[in-house]
Amino acid sequence: MGKHAFTRHALSPWMKEGGPESDVVLSSRIRLARNLRNKPFPMRATPAQSAEVLDQLMDLAESGRLSGMGPLEAIRIDDLTDLEKMVLVEKHLISPALANESRNAGLILSNRENISVMINEEDHLRIQCLSPGFQVRETWDWASRIDDLFEENLDYAFDEKLGYLTSCPTNVGTGLRASVMMHLPALVLTGQINRILSAVTKVGLAVRGLYGEGSEATGNLFQVSNQITLGQSETEIIDNLYRVTRQIADQEREARRRLLAESRLRIADRVRRSYGILRHAEIIDSKESAQRLSDLRLGVSLGLVPEVNEQMLNELLVSTQPGFLQHSHGGALSPEQRDAKRAELIRRRLAEAG
Amino acid sequence: MICQECGKRPATLHFTKIVNGEKSELHICEACARERGEIIPGTGNGFSIHNLLSGLLDFEPAETGIKPALRCETCGMSYSQFGKIGRFGCPDCYRTFADRLEPMLKRVQGGKVHVGKVPRRAGGKMRTKREIERLRRELQLSVEREDFETAARLRDRIRELEREIG
Repeated sequence: MGKHAFTRHALSPWMKEGGPESDVVLSSRIRLARNLRNKPFPMRATPAQSAEVLDQLMDLAESGRLSGMGPLEAIRIDDLTDLEKMVLVEKHLISPALANESRNAGLILSNRENISVMINEEDHLRIQCLSPGFQVRETWDWASRIDDLFEENLDYAFDEKLGYLTSCPTNVGTGLRASVMMHLPALVLTGQINRILSAVTKVGLAVRGLYGEGSEATGNLFQVSNQITLGQSETEIIDNLYRVTRQIADQEREARRRLLAESRLRIADRVRRSYGILRHAEIIDSKESAQRLSDLRLGVSLGLVPEVNEQMLNELLVSTQPGFLQHSHGGALSPEQRDAKRAELIRRRLAEAG
Repeated sequence: MICQECGKRPATLHFTKIVNGEKSELHICEACARERGEIIPGTGNGFSIHNLLSGLLDFEPAETGIKPALRCETCGMSYSQFGKIGRFGCPDCYRTFADRLEPMLKRVQGGKVHVGKVPRRAGGKMRTKREIERLRRELQLSVEREDFETAARLRDRIRELEREIG
């Protein structure tokens, strides 16, 4: 397999630990948009200017002055193959925009893959910190320390009135996007999801699918994040997200309890059928596998599938994605070949588990 | 609500269509909408937050009285270019286009002024000013507690910081 550690395993080291409330919240993420003073934003920069920013950051990463990040790898995106880029996107370590549209793009990645710093995406720096389960507050605390580490070495564009200056005015101020990835199958099944999601958007939060802006909510996975970045402090933003997430999680658990109490047989049937299909299917497309894996995840939280655990599901969520499938195969696959490969991978993984 | 078309997935798109005066409502999921060829805002089609933003801007020069040729001196970006892509060219654009930015920030943000983190270095005096404010509050409390020893220490520290920022 590839020379980069991140291509070797579908499950990032940080995801292995398991986190609080992981029955509903898969992961928590903090993203900080930062820019360098007196430099045009990446989109407006000449190739020479963005190359200079990239060089500066690559040098910084290799200088040892970011040792507070732990062991790290400094990567120039142009040096990666298309499949390696896809794997990074599927693991949520970089955005599709950084992989495909950014000139002189770079990545500083911690070896646990819980800190990824994108260079020359929409902003000069996008510092991203990830934690398993529901840990937005804790993640903000250490993301802020990572931010300090960069600021010790770089001149940030900061305005006394407007805060951190960003390319897009929707990020100006704190530059903070805090988000949680939630699994909400019972709210979808009981038809409550739209009511809840539309309420969420009314309190200044946004809901997106698994792969961010514009992506569909597959496998009942929803990403909830703050919209506002100016006029509220980081603590207020995080607190707002924390409270709303807590409420959605409670509603989801309540819906799961009701499902189990009122239609135990039907829900068990649905979960066990999906388990059967995943264990024996010869061909499965990404949409069906996402739905079946969601059924399984629901089943695990209700104690209906003793053969499987959450960690296995988190791993399959990434390893069944097109990029990762092809990368582990060692080359391009047609959609039909992918569907067969995906089915084989899931069968094998579930068989190992018993 | 479940999609009317496939009856399986949740309906995430809600259309109201008026054709020849006949009103019809449609609640469907994204996959079915794509199959039917409905236009989905916010997905594919190259439509993004930046398009939305430019919709919130006022591009009628006659109304705002600002010359359409207004350009950022540092990066050369014009206001109409910003309007098209919804993103600024450099940090200085915020100063250049400040007048026009304010009404938009009011609409898309929670306020007009940053109240969050101040970076250690780039924050400069502002960080110190905030520190002084914090110490003053502490001083107030220690006076109320009649803890004059702490109060004296805080007062000295405040003076020191005030001298620093001049």
